[in-house]
Amino acid sequence: MRRYFGRKLLVYGLTFFVAVTVNWLIPRFMPGDPVQSMLSRANVSQPAAVEAMRLHYTSMFGFDQPLWRQYLNFWGALLRGDLGISIWLFPTPVTDVIVRAVPYTLGLLVPAILLSWVAGNRFGAFAARRRWLDNSVLPLGYVLTATPYMWLAILLAWALGIVAGIFPVAGAYSFAMRPELSWAFAGSLLQHWFLPFASLFLVAFGGWAIGMRNMIIYELEADYVTYLRSLGAPGRLVRRYAFRNAILPQITGLALQLGVLVAGALVTEIVFSYPGLGHLILQAVQNQDFFLLQGTFLFIVLGVLVANFVVDVAYVLVDPRTRAGMGGAA
Amino acid sequence: MSLTVTGLRVHYRTLRGDVKALDGVTFSVADGEIMGLAGESGSGKSTLGKSLIRLDGRMRHVGGTVELDGVTLPIGDDAAMNAHRFREVSLVPQYAMSALNPTRRIGRMVSELLASRGAGPETAELERRLELVGLSRDVLDRYPGELSGGMRQRVVMVISTLLDPSLLIADEVTSALDVSTQRAVARTLREFRDRGLVKSMIVVTHDIALVHQIADTITVMYAGRLAEKAPAEALVTAPRHPYTRMLISSLPEAGVRHEDRRLAGIPGAPPSLLDPPAGCRFRDRCPLAFARCAEQPPFAEVAPGHHVACWKAE
Repeated sequence: MRRYFGRKLLVYGLTFFVAVTVNWLIPRFMPGDPVQSMLSRANVSQPAAVEAMRLHYTSMFGFDQPLWRQYLNFWGALLRGDLGISIWLFPTPVTDVIVRAVPYTLGLLVPAILLSWVAGNRFGAFAARRRWLDNSVLPLGYVLTATPYMWLAILLAWALGIVAGIFPVAGAYSFAMRPELSWAFAGSLLQHWFLPFASLFLVAFGGWAIGMRNMIIYELEADYVTYLRSLGAPGRLVRRYAFRNAILPQITGLALQLGVLVAGALVTEIVFSYPGLGHLILQAVQNQDFFLLQGTFLFIVLGVLVANFVVDVAYVLVDPRTRAGMGGAA
Repeated sequence: MSLTVTGLRVHYRTLRGDVKALDGVTFSVADGEIMGLAGESGSGKSTLGKSLIRLDGRMRHVGGTVELDGVTLPIGDDAAMNAHRFREVSLVPQYAMSALNPTRRIGRMVSELLASRGAGPETAELERRLELVGLSRDVLDRYPGELSGGMRQRVVMVISTLLDPSLLIADEVTSALDVSTQRAVARTLREFRDRGLVKSMIVVTHDIALVHQIADTITVMYAGRLAEKAPAEALVTAPRHPYTRMLISSLPEAGVRHEDRRLAGIPGAPPSLLDPPAGCRFRDRCPLAFARCAEQPPFAEVAPGHHVACWKAE
C-alpha cells in the first residue's frame, strides 16, 4: 500500500514539475512585450521618462536577467508562495487576483462535475433497463456529449437569455449590485450562475449516462449475475451488485475527464463573461500578463492533480481487486 | 420419482427461425440418483440442464412438463420459477470460476443472497460444509479474486447446495479443470449426494469417461432428443444405440497404441436443428439405417432401466 502511493506521489510530483515548467515557458513564447504595453498604457510622452520607466519595470519583473536565471528565480519565488505581480492589474499581486476568481470557478466546476456524475450514472443505469428510454433519450445523450461546451453555452445564452429573457447572459451578479451578504445578492448570484452551470452539466451528463448505460448492460450479462438469477436472487440485489461494479470504470473516467471539464469551464466562463479563472486567462493573454497566466495555469494544474489523486484513493477504497494487485492483501 | 420430465420442448429464437434444441424429451431421475447427461456440442444437453432451472433470454418453453417431487415447475415463467430456484432446484454453473461477485467478500455475498431469499444466515452450517470440501472458514473473509480457480469452484458448490435442494444441476463443472481437480470435484459431488445434501443430481458433460466415475445412470443425447439412457456400467460396456456405440468406440483406450489402430470418429455431422428431418435424426450417419428409420423410433425400455430410441435395439 505504501509503495503504491509512494510511486503514485512520485508520478504526480514529476507531472507537476513538467507542467509548471511548460506553463512558465508558454507566456514567454508569446509575441509582444509586456513592458511595452504597460508603457503605452501609462501614456507618458517624455522620452527620458519613458526610458526610466522601462528600466524600472524591466528590472522589477526581472526581464533584464538571462532566461535560465528568470526560471530559477521563478521556482525560488514559487516555493516561497510568491507568484509575482500582475501586469494587467498592476500592482496587485497575482495571488490576490487568483484568490478573487477561484470561488467563481469552483462554484461552477464542483457542482457541475459532481452532479453530472451522480445524475448521469443514475440515469444511465435506469435507462439501460428500459427499452423506450434507451431508444429515445440516449441518442440525446450522444448529441449532448458530442457538443462542444462553448457551443452549448452560446446556444443556451441565446435561447434562454436573449430570446426567452429568463436568465442574464453576462457576469456573476447584476451590474447594479455590489457583493454583500443579502438575499437579493444571493439570488442574483444564483441567476447568473445557472446558465454556465447548465451548459457544463448537460455536456458531462450525456457522457456519464452513456458510459453507465453501456457498463450496466455489460455487467448484467456477467457470469455472477447469471448465477445469482439462477439461484432466484431478486432483481434488487442483482441491480445493486451490477451498479456497484459498473461504477468502477466511471470513477476512472472521472479522473480522466477532470482536465477536459476544467478546460470546458474556462471557455464557458469566457462565453458568459463569468469572472473565474477562464476569464482571467483571457485577460492575461490579451495584456501579455506573464505572471497572471503562469499563476492561473499553476492553480489549474494543482487542482487537476489533487482531484486525480483523490479519485485514485477513492478507487483503491472501492475496488478490492486493485488492493490485491498492490500486495497489501493479507 | 424425484424428477419427471415429459415431452419437454424448448426452442431458441433466432433471426432465421426457431432452433429446436430440445424436441420432446422424456425421462425421470429417481431419488438419490446421479444422472450423467452426455452428448456432443449442440446436442441439447446444456439446454436441458438450463431448462430445469432458468431459461435464458432467447429460450422459449414450447411444450412438455417438468415435475419435481410431485410439483410441476413453472419453467416458462421466470418470476414464478424464483420460488423453486435454490431451494428445490439448484445449479453449479459451467462458469463457476467467475460466478462470484468480484467486489464482495464471499461471506457477505452469501449472507446477502440468503437474506434476499428469506433464509437465515446459516453460518455454522456454511462453515461445516466448507470444511467438507476442504476449505477453511477464512475464505468467507476473502474476495473471489484472492482464491484459486479450484477453490472458487468448491465455494460455488457449497453455496449452490446450501439450502439442500432436491435436484442439483452440475453443468460442465469439470470442463475447465485439470485432471486431478476433476477427480476431486467428482468425488465431492458424490459425497454431497451420499450425505443427503442434495437428493438427486444431473451432471451435464461431454466427457463420458468422467461421468462414468460419478454417475449411477448415463443419458446420451443426440440432436435435441434422447438416444439412450442406461445404468452407467451398462451404457459404457454394452451400449445399444448405434450412436452411443460409435461414440464410445471413438474414445481413446489406455494401453492401446494408436499408431497401430487409428482412432475411429463418426463420419458426418448432426442435422441442423432449425429444420430437423423427420424420423430418427442419426439415420444419415448410421451404418444400420433402414427404411423404418424415416419414422421416429420411441424411447423404449429394452431392459430394466435401459431405454433406447432405435428400431434395431430390441
